[in-house]
Amino acid sequence: MTSLNIVKAINAGLRRSMENDAKVLVMGEDVGKLGGVFRVTDGLQKDFGEDRVIDTPLAESGIIGTAVGLALRGYRPVCEIQFDGFVFPGYDQIVNQVAKMHYRSGGRLRLPIVIRIPFGGSIGAVEHHSESPEAYFAHTPGLKVVTCSNPLDAYWMIQQAIELDDPVVFFEPKGRYYTKGEVDLDGAADLPLESARVAVPGTDATVVAYGPMVKTCLDAAAAAADDGRSLEVIDLRTLAPLDLRAVYDSVRRTGRLVVVHEAQRTLGIGAEVAARVTEECFYSLEAPVQRVTGYDTPYPPARVEEEYLPGLDRVLDAVDRTFAY
Amino acid sequence: MTVETAAGATPPDPELVQLLTPEGQRVPHERYDALIADITDDDVRALYRDLVLGRRVDGEAVALQRQGELGLWASLLGQEAAQVGSARALRDQDHVFPTYREHAVALCRGVDPVKLLALFRGVDQGSWDSVETRFHLYTIVIGAQTLHATGYAMGIQRDGAIGTGDPDRDAAVIAYFGDGATSQGDVNEAFIWASVVNAPVVFFCQNNQWAISEPLERQTRVPLYRRAAGFGFPGVRVDGNDVLACLAVTREALQRARDGEGPTLVEAFTYRMGAHTTTDDPTRYRLNAELEHWKLKDPIERVKAYMVRGDIADQAFFDSVEQEAEELAVHLRAACRALPDPTPASIFDHVYVEPTPDLVAQREAMSAYLDSFAEEVAR
Repeated sequence: MTSLNIVKAINAGLRRSMENDAKVLVMGEDVGKLGGVFRVTDGLQKDFGEDRVIDTPLAESGIIGTAVGLALRGYRPVCEIQFDGFVFPGYDQIVNQVAKMHYRSGGRLRLPIVIRIPFGGSIGAVEHHSESPEAYFAHTPGLKVVTCSNPLDAYWMIQQAIELDDPVVFFEPKGRYYTKGEVDLDGAADLPLESARVAVPGTDATVVAYGPMVKTCLDAAAAAADDGRSLEVIDLRTLAPLDLRAVYDSVRRTGRLVVVHEAQRTLGIGAEVAARVTEECFYSLEAPVQRVTGYDTPYPPARVEEEYLPGLDRVLDAVDRTFAY
Repeated sequence: MTVETAAGATPPDPELVQLLTPEGQRVPHERYDALIADITDDDVRALYRDLVLGRRVDGEAVALQRQGELGLWASLLGQEAAQVGSARALRDQDHVFPTYREHAVALCRGVDPVKLLALFRGVDQGSWDSVETRFHLYTIVIGAQTLHATGYAMGIQRDGAIGTGDPDRDAAVIAYFGDGATSQGDVNEAFIWASVVNAPVVFFCQNNQWAISEPLERQTRVPLYRRAAGFGFPGVRVDGNDVLACLAVTREALQRARDGEGPTLVEAFTYRMGAHTTTDDPTRYRLNAELEHWKLKDPIERVKAYMVRGDIADQAFFDSVEQEAEELAVHLRAACRALPDPTPASIFDHVYVEPTPDLVAQREAMSAYLDSFAEEVAR
């Protein structure tokens, strides 16, 4: 076992994928010599060369668009979008080209592209550096959307995403980048990419989260346990396709569900989870599904982001509400 | 403020590469004669055949749309020489990234024209084998394919398939786009990318003067080919209605790319003689006189005049090509009407490499729903 933070875990995963498959390329702004602004690609250009770790021009549509061409030529590009808010110049290429190529070609053309996006707030940043745009991508057929919450998942999920022949948008919880965890670098992944995971079992209420909010919810579960309430926390990991089997199973036992994400509330992942749980577990629910999310505002200035972002207390308040019915 | 560059009145550009005048006279060119020195009379006849068949496919498709057999068609009328000349400069290993109007290029690459009709009929979204034909699927979003072409060219670089001197190995990419596309961010990003990585790609702009209703002056204040200089690679303007000049210029550009010398912008100066698509009505925005002016520069008539003038072909040849075009047209009409509609459940195919559980469930629900009507009818 090795103790790694999420940055180093993704780095190790990228390295292993590049060692295993000479077609894997890393491309993006500042990913080469600098190693990325978060150092996720640190040292890769030195070891794999400038042809495989490509410092690109500063143009996100170009990053995605050229990755399409490279993939058509048989390469497996891993694109880095430097910050969440910067993905939108590449949005057209992702939604119109990357997502649809396999479909429109009748299955002839595959685009094994991974688009890595550090997302979420709580880092005290300026505008466009703290956003959670995952629902835009999860709403687009043809894309797979996943996010990790801890170093072990980060290490394996990036490798699994690269091995997949479908395009994957890979959201990295930048506010948790320096969270440490134990990783067995030589073992094998214990879960398929497209599966949720029970992060901590419980019996009284179910709390569903992903990415940076998983830690918040685990903290909430620990606090609730002190008060004698047992929360089951589920880490979705995959947002498209959603894997809600564990959620249904949990809600059938607890009867109560709280969904937590940083992204704005309206039409977010939480809305979809709530709708599906209502369809599947209607007779098990003791209370309406509660959502704890960012507010329906643009991401606010950093000095008030703590109030914008869901925190432990807001999660516990929502759990309390589920017991009020 | 207006800029006097009405398309029909564009002054002749001294830089315009022309090898065949509109009257079919072969004019010498210091630089480009050598690039087509190997072209035999047989080759000229083959080019003529490509032009005629390309126009015939196009004409039939327009007619099929008018008859309700196609939902839409984007006509290439007037652009046959730009397409055939550039396409015949390609080698097998070169790769093409078209827009949605490169029907004559498709023919030259061996794409079954019925598959082009299928796309515009709404049967599928491109069913030709783009790997085997090396002719990528049509791209509808303007300019997006120029980045795909550049990325593909970067792959060729990484495969070591440039600059080896092996004519069967060294490869290049050609990206087609129009004058309107030159305003797109993607095209400008592709220019930058190709330039800084020295990608083996030819940017082939068919400047047909019109982006639906917007004339060239809405896109640019400088001749398009000159933009290349600002990006750091050569740009050349060629008479897009001159198949020999398009062949020569594209040959040179592709060979530069294959030799590892980087990108070239070719501006094929031509004219969209038809509507933007079958839904468009050009009488709302341009004068008929302009069209009449360009008809005198017709890309097929000038080759025919050249062939007659030089005894390259006799009437029997022209008749045989006409006969072949007629047979192709008959085939297209029948084959188009015979194209089966996709089954409703097929909409779920190939969203992903493996269907997701959600999609399987939705497909089953749709089938059950549709089947419920079948039972009703049976009762």
